Amino acid sequence: MTDLNRLTIAEARDALRKGETTAKDLTEACLTAIEGAGALNAFVHHTPDIARAQAAAADQRIAKGDAPAMCGIPLGIKDLFCTRGVPSQAASRILEGFRPEYESTVTTQLFGAGAVMLGKLSMDEFAMGSSNETACYGPVISPWRRKGDSAALTPGGSSGGSAAAVSADLCLGATGTDTGGSIRQPAAFTGIVGIKPTYGRVSRWGVIAFASSLDQAGPMTKTVRDAAIMLGAMCGHDPKDSTSADLPVPDFEAALTGDIRGKVIGIPREYRMEGMPAEIEALWTQGTEMLKDAGARIRDISLPHTKYALPAYYVVAPAEASSNLARYDGVRYGHRAKLAAGDGITEMYEKTRAEGFGKEVQRRIMIGTYVLSAGFYDAYYNRARKVRALIKRDFEAVFAEGVDAILTPATPSSAFGIGEMANADPVEMYLNDVFTVTVNLAGLPGIAVPTGLDAKGLPLGLQLIGRPWEEGALLNHAYVLERAAGFVSKPQKWW
Amino acid sequence: MSIDIDTARRVAHLARIAVREEDLPALAGELSGILTFMEQLNEVDVTGIEPMTSVTPTRLKRRADVVTDGNIQDQILANAPDAREGFFAVPKVVE
Repeated sequence: MTDLNRLTIAEARDALRKGETTAKDLTEACLTAIEGAGALNAFVHHTPDIARAQAAAADQRIAKGDAPAMCGIPLGIKDLFCTRGVPSQAASRILEGFRPEYESTVTTQLFGAGAVMLGKLSMDEFAMGSSNETACYGPVISPWRRKGDSAALTPGGSSGGSAAAVSADLCLGATGTDTGGSIRQPAAFTGIVGIKPTYGRVSRWGVIAFASSLDQAGPMTKTVRDAAIMLGAMCGHDPKDSTSADLPVPDFEAALTGDIRGKVIGIPREYRMEGMPAEIEALWTQGTEMLKDAGARIRDISLPHTKYALPAYYVVAPAEASSNLARYDGVRYGHRAKLAAGDGITEMYEKTRAEGFGKEVQRRIMIGTYVLSAGFYDAYYNRARKVRALIKRDFEAVFAEGVDAILTPATPSSAFGIGEMANADPVEMYLNDVFTVTVNLAGLPGIAVPTGLDAKGLPLGLQLIGRPWEEGALLNHAYVLERAAGFVSKPQKWW
Repeated sequence: MSIDIDTARRVAHLARIAVREEDLPALAGELSGILTFMEQLNEVDVTGIEPMTSVTPTRLKRRADVVTDGNIQDQILANAPDAREGFFAVPKVVE
């Protein structure tokens, strides 16, 4: 078999079980692909020794007939996940040199299922960004380019390293995390699948925290089937995360029947934004037709508080971040600034945090500090939490009326160029999350499915939003959309 | 809401992030821009709405109040920029 790194997880699993390939060969193919893809800057900490040892162990398990679906599957792991003895620094200078003494629950579960870690993937610093340009490692470059143009494009963010690596076939799948769209936006920008599960489905233990009430990890994969397989291995109850749901994990792959006849798909009118590119509008209409042709019923719905999701998010998320990131003080781990004679502990904190955090992270910590400060807590933070309750209520109302899934665009545009937003207002960058943040605020599962290419030859995705805890049904809707769209485009290799 | 330079200085200090005096005007401008964006929230009627505390209404699980780990001092200190004699070391706090 050639080009083993190009296989899907499902194809590799089946080939491994039939003895047609080995975890060792799969792993070597990915390691070779990674070595040749330095220009993408996706893998920032390489762990070939761990990968080879895990692959050898996986081959032994497979030989014994003890092979869970993820056994022997080479993955990339987002830098936000703590991995024992391996740098885990959330793409921040402030965690330079940090090597966790423990393993996150998600990676523990994946490794327990036999998965192989190829290395750590770049991201926006502390998952704050939509373009991967805030990473301390320098930006990740998308494997995609505009037709006839060699300008470097963003893979999106914050899980941009994961998106670039999966899209360029450097690994079979990758972990991502999503606080406001950080799995779904990069998946849409790079023509891959990314699902953010229901809040509480996946343990947050050992995932470096950004905004704890919004953060969820999920898989980023080449197909919907792969997302179902990998999600199954990532989720489950964890006593170490008090918000982790004690619910059985269904067989998500078994839910992929391809039958959505009679299901009700909601099309929210508030997502038809002014100034939305015609291509996105057309894609959305096509996606609606595809689901209709598959036998679903289409219903016009209203989610009246949609407009307020972004401002509510940009109060709640920075507030939680300012609190979560208070732990980076130069005492227990990571970077500590060199101090001048006479500097005390306050100077140590202030200099360490000024040197260690990038501009966007500093900005969000300060916004969060402000909205939580005495006199402004009610006006900003409490008001945002009330609006959040209304946003969730909007979704509950349409689900109560029988809507099974909601179809929206995933992003307001295709991928933009590295540096193109450099002079933009921070708020303009935040607009990237306009279709995705509502899902985090309401704690719902959402999935981005590649659906087409724009006139420049870049991928565009649609988002499906599901009922809480019904990832299986959501994945099935996504599977139908994926098959109808027949998206098979890959980036032309230039790196 | 517009943030003046004094407020920007105060917020930076509360956040324990050193900001140079000459960078404060730009910071104040950026923070003001973001807060203006947030002011849209004032259009929403939130009368009688409770602020959300948990997105999935679940009762927190309880467990027996017993020690479940410990004796890992070396691991706790392993990543410290400065650890001495089993402690984290920091600049002098009291004179």
